[in-house]
Parts: sequence; structure tokens; C-alpha cells
Amino acid sequence: MKKYLGGAFAACMASILLFSCGPTERKLPIYGERSPVEKEVDGKTVVDTIYHTIPNFSFLNQDSTNLTQDFFKDKIYVANFFFTHCPSICPTMQRNLLKAYEKYKGNDKVAFLSHSIDFKYDQPSVLKDYATKLGVDNDQWQFVTGSKADIYGISEKYMVFTKEDPNAPGGYDHQGYLVIIDPEKRIRGAYDGTNDEQVKQLLEDLDVILAEYK
Amino acid sequence: MITRYFIGSIALVSMLYFLFSCNTDLSVETMQYATNGQKIYVKHCQNCHGANGEGLGKLYPPLTDANFLNENRSKLACIVKNGMSGEIKVNNTLFNQQMPGVPELSAVDIAYVLTYVTTYFGDSKTHFKKEEIEDFLKNCK
Repeated sequence: MKKYLGGAFAACMASILLFSCGPTERKLPIYGERSPVEKEVDGKTVVDTIYHTIPNFSFLNQDSTNLTQDFFKDKIYVANFFFTHCPSICPTMQRNLLKAYEKYKGNDKVAFLSHSIDFKYDQPSVLKDYATKLGVDNDQWQFVTGSKADIYGISEKYMVFTKEDPNAPGGYDHQGYLVIIDPEKRIRGAYDGTNDEQVKQLLEDLDVILAEYK
Repeated sequence: MITRYFIGSIALVSMLYFLFSCNTDLSVETMQYATNGQKIYVKHCQNCHGANGEGLGKLYPPLTDANFLNENRSKLACIVKNGMSGEIKVNNTLFNQQMPGVPELSAVDIAYVLTYVTTYFGDSKTHFKKEEIEDFLKNCK
């Protein structure tokens, strides 16, 4: 009996060593609804998975030029929602996203996209002034504005809650998530931009996904 | 024998006290004000000015400029209560962003939070008294 136990234990240890994956092989999950579709390839029916993706968009950026998905072609980007005179969570969230910007500055595989939810006040010139004062001096971090319908509509696609609310500090209510989007426009991670632990995780996960799209 | 142990342990405790207690140059009352002030700071100020008073870029000024804090000691209460706008120079950098005030803070709350900022981020060794803050607030522009 004892011998059997010993054998089982050895087998367990061996399989842990064999099948456990090391940290370098970690992959980020793919978030959102998915649906199977049947396709015909070479006369055979195969099942493919359609993932939730960020649709194309067209917004005005801090340089008053149109920004579309073309800018993020072959890039991994981190998106969030904020407004320039937000008195609550935004300064902390942007301070933390600035850490990521500084870490990946010059890496053309990584970009950042901040959507203003204050469509009334945050015109491109206001966004430009904010970006400059924050310490953003290249186009790797884009700040955009758009119509209320477009900005609030796309926030749903990123699964971030935004709402115009006169009772909220500054007039707008929103979540402080930093969302990782992969080059296939899929959501690969969402991190609370006001939580130091989660921001640390974001920085680690960006390395993980960069390795996936090397 | 017991006396010797007693004296020995007292000596040990006082040695440890001198080793590990920090800010011994602040009075207990000042420390209490600063501790209360930290809670208010976290709630109302930290978002913009940062956990260590470091500010954020050229948007929000740091609170670590001891000269600024000392020179403007009598104006700080009004800034906290009513906010401020216009250009200011902090740590040799110009800032020009509107700061919202926190009008709901009482005089003693302002004394707490200013004590925290000026002793932890600045070089002050004393606390703000409630009466002092009340006088400052009478002269707000």
C-alpha cells in the first residue's frame, strides 16, 4: 500500500514538472461574448470562434486630426475614459497610465488612447494642453473627443461604464478601467487604474501580450 | 534580583524607543494633528497631489516645496477652503490650473490637513491651531 502511495506521489510530481507552464508561456485571456460560426474550408465544415472586438471609430484627437483604427494597426493599445477637469478618479488613473506610457515610450508596438467623456468642454486644444502638461510629448498617447453618442457608444464596446450625471463629481460618472486591446481588436485585460496592485499587473501583462505578438 | 531585571528592561525599552521612534522632534499633539490630517488628505487631496505630495506633471503642483509652504503659511487655509486659480511657481515650475476648494471642511479639519502637508511634505515642526485657521479664513480674498 505504501509503495502505491509513493508511486502515485512520484507520478504527480513528474506530471507537475512536465505539464505546468512557466511564466513565459502565460497568455492573457480573451474577454467578451464569443460565438461559434461554421465555415467551409476545402469542402469541409469547420467551426470558428468569433470574438468580441472593438469596431472602427473616428474621433478628433489633440492635434485636431481624425483618429481611426488605422492608427492602431498591428499595435497593442491601452484605452480608458476620463475628462480633463475630473476631480475624482481621473488624476490617479492618468498618473498610473503615465507610468505605462513612460515604460513603453518609443516602442511602436504599444499605444495609449484616452477618450474624453466631457464632449462639451474638452475640445482638441484643451486636450492638447492637458496632454502637454501631463508630460506626453509624442503621438503614442492619443487623447480624443467625439459626439456624446459616439464616445458613450464606444465605451460600451470597451465594457467601461460612462454616464453624464449632474450628481457625480464634475458632472460625469465613469469607471477607471485601463483596457488592453490586442492587434485583432479583442479585449485582453481590464485593470482598475486607481489600484496600485492592478496597475502593476497591467505593466506585467503588457509584457506578456507583447511576447505573444512578437 | 527583581530590581535588576526591572532596571534592565527599562533600559532596553528606552534604547528601543530612541532607535525606532521617528520624528521625535515633533510634539505628540503635532503628530496627532498630522495623523488626522492624513485621512483628510487621502480623501480630498491625494487624487491630484499624489500619495507623497509629488503632484502630477505640470498639471497639479507638488506639495513638497518647503519655501512655498512657509512663505504662504497664512494663505494655505483659504486655498484649501476656496480653491485657487492663476499662475503660481512651485519648485521653480509654473503651474496654471484651476484648483477646486473643499468648502465643507471645518477649521479644525483644515488645521489637521495643513499640519500633515507642512510636516510630512514640508519642513514644519509645528501644527496649525484651530484659532489660527479661523483667523486666516476671516482674511480670505
